[in-house]
Formats: sequence, structure tokens, C-alpha cells
Amino acid sequence: MIAALRKELLLQWRSRAQFLAVFVFGAASLLLFSFAVGPNARALRTFSAGFLWLGLLLSSTLTLAESFHAEMENRALEGLLLLPSDPRALYYGKAIANWLQLTLLGFALVPVMVVLYDAGTLELARLAVIIALGAAGLSAPGTLYAAMTSQVKAKQTLLPLLLFPLIVPALLASVKATSLAILGDPMAQSRSWMALLAAFDLIYWSLCGLLYGRVVEE
Amino acid sequence: MELPNHKTGSAPYWMLALGIVCLIAGSYVGLFRAPAEAYMGQVQRIMYVHVPTAWNALLAMTFAFACAVVFLFKADFKWDARLEAAIEVGVLLAFLLCCQGAIWAKPTWGVWWDWDPRLTTTAVLLFAFLGILALRKFVDDPARRAMWSSVATIIAYADVPIVYYSVRWWNSLHQQQSSPSTVSSQFYFPLRANAFGVLFLMTGFIMIRARIATLRLRTELAAPPVLRGDEAGEMA
Repeated sequence: MIAALRKELLLQWRSRAQFLAVFVFGAASLLLFSFAVGPNARALRTFSAGFLWLGLLLSSTLTLAESFHAEMENRALEGLLLLPSDPRALYYGKAIANWLQLTLLGFALVPVMVVLYDAGTLELARLAVIIALGAAGLSAPGTLYAAMTSQVKAKQTLLPLLLFPLIVPALLASVKATSLAILGDPMAQSRSWMALLAAFDLIYWSLCGLLYGRVVEE
Repeated sequence: MELPNHKTGSAPYWMLALGIVCLIAGSYVGLFRAPAEAYMGQVQRIMYVHVPTAWNALLAMTFAFACAVVFLFKADFKWDARLEAAIEVGVLLAFLLCCQGAIWAKPTWGVWWDWDPRLTTTAVLLFAFLGILALRKFVDDPARRAMWSSVATIIAYADVPIVYYSVRWWNSLHQQQSSPSTVSSQFYFPLRANAFGVLFLMTGFIMIRARIATLRLRTELAAPPVLRGDEAGEMA
């Protein structure tokens, strides 16, 4: 699994231009969301957490699809499956790499959000944990579905179609927790939303790992 | 893998007939015999179709989940055909459920849609299963299609309780579920009769749809490699 993770990270490092492009895409979507609300500073600040997560979600469909793009060239995935290793190791390697990339992307989008929506917060540690947990919720089922959709014709349409309804609870909890971190949390609810996110992550990291072997087997 | 058997027989048509009889009886009593509800008035009568639809939509999805699990362990295409049938009927029922809910919500709550846990969960479920149907359309290899849709069904079904509880924390307005034990005895018969009516209809539809899916699977799995003249020439 470590070898699989190393391979993924190396691939991502070699294609850092791709990461930059996705970041610009995410930042551009954050900019566009503010046009949906209009130049109303208070409303923008209220909805900033939602915009951040929608931006991250839209960007994630790009990175997730890209993570299997290399495997499909020259049928590299089949070669990997022939190795005497568990397909689960391949899955977790790829999922962890995707998770790291999404987390990084989330961190990179925060300053954009702060500048555009005036949504600053001093609870940076908490925000970092929320982004890491939320990105984990996106990447576990996202990696599994990307493995399926990368092999079919309408991949650009199918991945969001399958992924978006599924991650509703993770999105809800991330938005709520982030918005509590930005707007203040007088009732101390943020902990229970983070617990929900952690539970979602736990369920899907184990379930998707179990099922991945069935998805890629011939 | 062996070919799934194609069943014939009139059982599904009897199911449909029975379902229609139950629905007519239940709806007649519900619309003309049972008294109007004290607070909601005539609007409440939609409960006689809404609640049975809700139960059966969930039942169809649960059956789809069971088919997916069985297929994962037994790899028998019979279960793939049933999965396809159950998901399609389940999606139809979930869609009807959302429409009926909106019709009921407008005069009662004053809005077509509300972010209530059950409503939202139904909508999420509807989109999740529509996604699986779309996935099935784009995968040509039957073995892959069966395996992937089983995996996707299990993942989507596992999401239902999480969506439900997360939305419930988020916001709530929907009234408590209605069941024969929570409603007055005068509402009891039409609710029961319609529940069985929709159940029989659903079973009949799933059986017929599974037969169609089986027939298609048989042609897909049995097809010998047909070469056109020019291809055969190239290979030779």
C-alpha cells in the first residue's frame, strides 16, 4: 500500500500543473458564486462556508476523474492488478493520495474565500480538521466511483451523477461545521457535526475498501 | 456463468389484478366513506396513497439492496435482473412519492418543498438510484454492469440512514409517520387496502420487469461472436 501511495504521490507531484489548474477552477467558481448573491457583504459572509464546499466539490470531480486517467492509458490498471498484491492496497493508496490532494486544495481555497467573502476565522486548527474530514468524505466514495466511471463512455457525466447524491451528509456536515467556525458557535454544535463527518468517513473508508476488489476485477 | 432461466406464467398478471382491486376498494372507502380529517380536511385523503407509496418505495429499494448483496456473493444473473427491476420500480415510486408530497405540502405547509428529513432523504435516494440506472445504461459488458450496479446499490443504500439523520439534525418540520396504529380506526381500512394494493402492483411490475431484463441478459450473454464478412476476411 505504501508503494501504491508513493506511486500516486509521485504522479501527482509530476503533474502539479494539473493541481494548479484545478485550484484556479475552484477559485473561479468561488468568484462566480458571489455573482449569484450580488454585492451583499453580509449575505456572502453567511453563505461563505457553503460556497467553499461547493467549490471544493466541483473541483473534486476533476481531480478524482484525473486520478484514474493515467491508469486507463496503456491499460496500466490491468498491469497493477496482475501484481501479487491486494487490490485493497491499490484502493487505499489512491484514496489517500486523492484525500491529500483535496485537503491541500481545500486549504488553498480558504484564503480565496476569506478575501472574497470577508469570512475570516481565528479557529484555523478546527477549520483544518473540518477540511481534512470533509475531503476524506469526498475521496473515499469518489475514488471508488472514479474507478468505475473511468472505464465507461460518459465518464464526465456519470461521476458527479453517482457521487453528488451520495455525499449529501458529508457536504451538509462540512458546511455546517465550517460555517459555525466562521460565524461563531455559541451552542457548541460544531463538535457533533464533526462527529457525524467522522462517522461518514469511517463507514465509507471501510465499505469502499471492501468493495473495490469487486469493481476492478475482470 | 450459466444463463438465467426465462420464466413464464401468469403470476405477475394476477398480482397486478389483485393490486388494482385492492386500490379500487381502498380508494373508494378512503374517498367516499371515511370521514375527513379534523384539522387538515379533505387534503388529508392523499394519505391513502401517499403513505402506501412511501412504504413500498422503501420496500422496493430494500429489495434492490438485498438483490445486490446476493449477487455479490453468488454472481447469479437472476439477481441482476431482479436488481434492475427493483431499482426501476423503486425510482418510479420515489418519484411519485415526491410529487404526492408536494401536492400535499402546498395547501398544508404553504410550500411545495420543504427541507424535512424524509422528503430530502427520498429526493437523495431518487437521485442516487437514478444515477445507478444511468450507470447501467453506459456499461455494455453484462458481468461488469451487474457487479458495478450491485456495488453502487450497496453504497447508496448504506447512505439512507446517514442522510436521514443528518438532515434531521439540520432541520425538521414533517409530521410523524402515519401507520394503522397512529390513525383513527375509520382511516384504518383504506390505508391497509391501498398499502396491499400498491404492494401487489409493485410485486407484479418487478416480476414483469425482471423477466424483460432476463430476456435481454440471455441474448447478451449467449451472443456468439458474430463477424461481418470483411472482419472475418481480415482475421483469416
